[in-house]
Amino acid sequence: MHSFGYRANALLTFAVTILALMCTIGSLSDNLNTPSPSAQIEILNINWFQKQPHGNDEVSLTLNITADLQSLFTWNTKQLFIFVAAEYETPKNALNQVSLWDAIIPAKEFAKFSIHTSNKYRFIDQGHSLRGKEFNLTLHWHVMPKTGKMFANKIVMSGYRLPEDYR
Amino acid sequence: MIVTSALIIWKALMCITGSESPVVVVLSGSMEPGFKRGDILFLHMSKDPIRAGEIVVFNVDGREIPIVHRVIKVHERQDTGEVEVLTKGDNNYGDDRLLYAQGQLWLKRQHIMGRAVGSGFGAPLAIFGEDLPGPNLALRFLPYVGWVTIIMTEKPIIKYILIGALGLLVITSKD
Repeated sequence: MHSFGYRANALLTFAVTILALMCTIGSLSDNLNTPSPSAQIEILNINWFQKQPHGNDEVSLTLNITADLQSLFTWNTKQLFIFVAAEYETPKNALNQVSLWDAIIPAKEFAKFSIHTSNKYRFIDQGHSLRGKEFNLTLHWHVMPKTGKMFANKIVMSGYRLPEDYR
Repeated sequence: MIVTSALIIWKALMCITGSESPVVVVLSGSMEPGFKRGDILFLHMSKDPIRAGEIVVFNVDGREIPIVHRVIKVHERQDTGEVEVLTKGDNNYGDDRLLYAQGQLWLKRQHIMGRAVGSGFGAPLAIFGEDLPGPNLALRFLPYVGWVTIIMTEKPIIKYILIGALGLLVITSKD
């Protein structure tokens, strides 16, 4: 009843249980936060718009991405993973989501920004349905906590349209 | 006490998640700083459609080791509702096409066995962790604890010593 092994065992179990409880409470504290993020995305230029040799459309864009995501950070936030995806429908596919750019925001200070960038990942369709295509640009964010449940949300910005012809 | 509690939790998880092995360990640094090498994940697969931004665990045909990366492209068919997906590790420069099987451009739902939903806390469950998760599992991740499993994967003799020692503890304890 008083052996070292037994005491160590009991202590370890207790410690793990307390740790679990603290992590759960820490995670629940995130629910108290009411975030108010904002974002705008502007297409500055269509660099080129072509049909690849294999038959798929590809477009290269330069974007201006402005956002203020500071209100998403809590003490329990490890980092924010954000990305901009072009979302559209084609006759073949009910939904296409193509990530154009992503970034990791490690702290609140970096969460308010405005950048000029061309698309980091290639915007390629499955097919050749992009001419004159209307699409949304959605800024997604995934909050990765120090402990607890990850959660994600997004701002959908609609009204973008690709040119009628290749260029 | 700790051994039996861990075993009970493990068995309960097996029942709840309906899988053989609900634990997988992050083996590489390709998702840093979000997931670090050694972090433990529990897997869960719901019927919700797979969408861009989600962190999924998948197997490539012919490779034993599961990969935990983020979905960056999704193409969902009108007629069948089938989905084709491209993944990439946050910390990698390029997408995962180099990791997929020869000639494979996309992952499909059958390749994906789980989704990440959050982080948690370390536990003795690491000692009973397996390297290969079964299908349809729940995914929470436990920081740092998986190092035990990584060490055991790389030096299997330690696994036997550890299990032997635990067995000895159970036999010799006066409970």
